[in-house]
Amino acid sequence: MIAIDRTGFAAGVRLGLGPAGAGFVLALSFGAEAEARGWGLGLPVLFSALAFSGSAQFTLLTALSGGTVAAAVASAALINARYLVMSVALNDSLRGSRLSRALQAQALVDASFVFAHRDDGRYDVSRLIGASLPQWVAWVLGTAVGSLTAPSPELMHRIGLDVVFPAFFLVLALDELRRSRRAFAASLLGAGIAAALLLVTDPGYALLGGTAAALIGLIPERDPGPAKITEETS
Amino acid sequence: MRLWLAALAVTVVNWLMKAGGPLSIGERRLPPAAIRVVGLIAPVLLAGLIVTELGGKRLDWTQLAGVGAAGILSVLRVPLLPAVAAGIALTAGLRLLLG
Repeated sequence: MIAIDRTGFAAGVRLGLGPAGAGFVLALSFGAEAEARGWGLGLPVLFSALAFSGSAQFTLLTALSGGTVAAAVASAALINARYLVMSVALNDSLRGSRLSRALQAQALVDASFVFAHRDDGRYDVSRLIGASLPQWVAWVLGTAVGSLTAPSPELMHRIGLDVVFPAFFLVLALDELRRSRRAFAASLLGAGIAAALLLVTDPGYALLGGTAAALIGLIPERDPGPAKITEETS
Repeated sequence: MRLWLAALAVTVVNWLMKAGGPLSIGERRLPPAAIRVVGLIAPVLLAGLIVTELGGKRLDWTQLAGVGAAGILSVLRVPLLPAVAAGIALTAGLRLLLG
């Protein structure tokens, strides 16, 4: 049903190991925090296995403490609205029936989406799925270990684990920015929008708002520059 | 029960978001302008993630130093994992020194 290219998948698995390590650390905090709020062990682990989404899971965890279920669920859903944008972006690169493509798109997570991005602007779906696999395993495992051991946030901060995710994203961004000047300009604009929105709203909404910077792609390119598209599609 | 239902609702919404492209667009192909936009989403998303990760709560210069070190090492062609590990070590070291 889903044609997986083994080479792409294996490359994805290798690439996914780094963010999997970072995800494990984040999942530890999620499991520990859920345990502290009386969620027990089963629910956080099952939630991680099925939802596989740090931003939505943390949002639900915090929003439920201070508000109604409906508001908490709506916040968690909105915070993940960027997946809708990514899913639309991915659609042209997916193969098979509508249902099959909808299933393949379940492998979408931030780091895998970036790893799967090819120079011609399309996405390598085998690599996407391969990169998400170790991240999913680490995410579920980290949640279980966090729920069972409940490490203190202070200790995790002291040993510098809050560096893991932004450092990974920075290194990945440096690779992306080498691709084109337009990507560089769009990234600067996106960072600016996200930073401005951070002053007035939560990180999830700031992130979603920042993706609007990709709309500069609507402006036709006057000078195709290094003839990127023709070169790479030939 | 309230917790389980909330988690289930978020899970289902998450599945639908990820399936949103194939479910809404189907077999249709995007026009060239939309393809250009789509190609820019990954770098823009990354830039946003860096900003929200670093500025989400409150700016912490020891964290910035570690992240910056990882970035510089990456520019100097140090592989991803050692670059990130060095960043973590620098931040942990700074926090240890500063008590």
